[in-house]
Amino acid sequence: MKLVSISAFEIAQKVRGGELKASQVTQEALAQIRKVDGIPGSLLPYQVSAEEERKVHAFIQVTEEMALAQAKKVDEAVANGEDPGMLAGVPISIKDIFCVEGTTTTAASRFLENFEAPYTATSVQKLIDAGGVILGKVNLDEFTFGSSTESSAYQPSTNNPWNTEHVPGGSSGGSAASVAAEETALSLGTDTGGSIRQPAAFCGVVGLKPTYGRISRLGLIAFSSSLDCPGPISRDVRDAALMLQAMAGQDPKDSTSSVRPVGNYLQALEQDVRGLRIGLSPDYEAVYYPDLETGEIHREPIQKEVHDAVLRAAEVLAKAGAEIVENVPMPNTRYGIPVYFVVSRIEAASNLHRFDGVKYGYRTKSEVRNLEELYRRTRAEGFGPEPKLRILMGMYLSAAGYSSDYYQHALKVRAMIRRDFDRVFDPIGEFSLDAMLTPTTAATAFKRKDVFGDSLLMQYSDQMTVASNHAGVPAVTIPAGLDDGGLPIGIQLIGNDFCEDMILRIGRAFEQKTQDDAWRKVRPQALGGEVQA
Amino acid sequence: MTVKRITPELFEKLVGLAALELTDEESSYLFEEMNHQLASVESLSQVPIPEDVQPSLHGVEPEGTAPRADRWVPFPRPERIIALAPESENGMIAVPDVKGAR
Repeated sequence: MKLVSISAFEIAQKVRGGELKASQVTQEALAQIRKVDGIPGSLLPYQVSAEEERKVHAFIQVTEEMALAQAKKVDEAVANGEDPGMLAGVPISIKDIFCVEGTTTTAASRFLENFEAPYTATSVQKLIDAGGVILGKVNLDEFTFGSSTESSAYQPSTNNPWNTEHVPGGSSGGSAASVAAEETALSLGTDTGGSIRQPAAFCGVVGLKPTYGRISRLGLIAFSSSLDCPGPISRDVRDAALMLQAMAGQDPKDSTSSVRPVGNYLQALEQDVRGLRIGLSPDYEAVYYPDLETGEIHREPIQKEVHDAVLRAAEVLAKAGAEIVENVPMPNTRYGIPVYFVVSRIEAASNLHRFDGVKYGYRTKSEVRNLEELYRRTRAEGFGPEPKLRILMGMYLSAAGYSSDYYQHALKVRAMIRRDFDRVFDPIGEFSLDAMLTPTTAATAFKRKDVFGDSLLMQYSDQMTVASNHAGVPAVTIPAGLDDGGLPIGIQLIGNDFCEDMILRIGRAFEQKTQDDAWRKVRPQALGGEVQA
Repeated sequence: MTVKRITPELFEKLVGLAALELTDEESSYLFEEMNHQLASVESLSQVPIPEDVQPSLHGVEPEGTAPRADRWVPFPRPERIIALAPESENGMIAVPDVKGAR
């Protein structure tokens, strides 16, 4: 098996044991990037050749020199009998929303084209300290604002490795695609409303949104500060556990990072699922959205194959000894998106005020008469349409006179979403669940350009994931099959606060019980697999 | 039932408050999209809220450390921070005149 195909866990084991050189793994990963990625996303005009259309385009920037230097350090540590760390030699890509010294950090925005952060995000530093090798920065929706990676100012944006006519999802689209296309074993993404889990599901990989506060946010360019969570993307559950292990923990520089001791996530995987209570909810079977003329709420059932995959997973887990609890009410799930429109836009507008052409980033080249004109011209030229939309919406919803109608009200509905989870996870309550099992997305990856531009429809693609962000609870998506078009289906396990070990354990059990399934043998298009018509 | 809409006048006011300038094309696109999103937000007004529900700013109760003392700690090599500014003079960040022409 090629080095790029094996898991992070195995790479680290072999590098630590002296069987494999980190430099060799890095060289192979760089070769895989050259083979499948195509031209990097950039602000320059580009030619859309038929060949480039079939490339992945996950990367904005490949940090070859830095990667080889980090790999060399790992190899030296092994040669000297020192501990090279739990991620020794593992190739990792970083969503370009994390500050990494020695790279540009663009947030996929024209605004930060030349921004070189003078420090490194805590999460990234921990990956490097654990012996991880950073291969580069990968594409995303501008400032993470989107669910398809198409809103990136750096084009071409990323394609889905399973079928390059489809989107990889977003906003961590480059992260999920780089892992699915075996360019890296792991990727660091962020999840505010589903931005790790939705692209991971679309690309057939594992994506974990940890509990809010489990991983430090220092060095992550903020979108919605009460929702943002960094987290791992990997090809299997064990690798997600390993990467979480390396990053979790309190950070004195992030006052919202939790002081709670970090569990042993890898050890948790060794336990089976016998006796665990796993819930299924009818409230995760449809998307609820408003009619634009009348305001009436429509109910649209999720894709049948996705629903079937959830039921099949429940059967697999039941056979493994878990107890499946049906008809668990999660009645406030359907309000997740409207609450998100309010909370995330208000927080985003506030966070984007700092981009004004003064302290860092883009400044207009045109002549201006005064400071105010500098602000306006700079922001008009630096931001793409999606950040502008979020700023305007956030300003409207938080404006004097509207705030109590919208913001305070939305925060109360957010509390009710939280109550749904409190009730089902209450150990002495009616349900006393260990996890919820749901779809990750209502449908598999949509075609490029099909949804882009329709900000309402795009946002509703996060309906299945956003409730866990409001509640702060951890959730993981794992691949569970392919639809008739050959596109990956993801199922989601949601756990109680800081119970990452529990959802990873259930995910691992599902993975092991289905390891011989025929769909697991199918390869993505970018890796030579055939695309179904 | 008809849905509430943001008026063009209010939209223009928001553009000013947000320190933005928009082309006509951007204006008409963003204006429509905002009103679509408002239809979703407005659906929340139908949600009955029990008396005892308090607004929640965080899902998980924050259990981080107490805020640190507000103490000045010098950044190593502050010139790197100044170097990020689009314009600087003598180690200071420079901006155009607040009021008139420069």
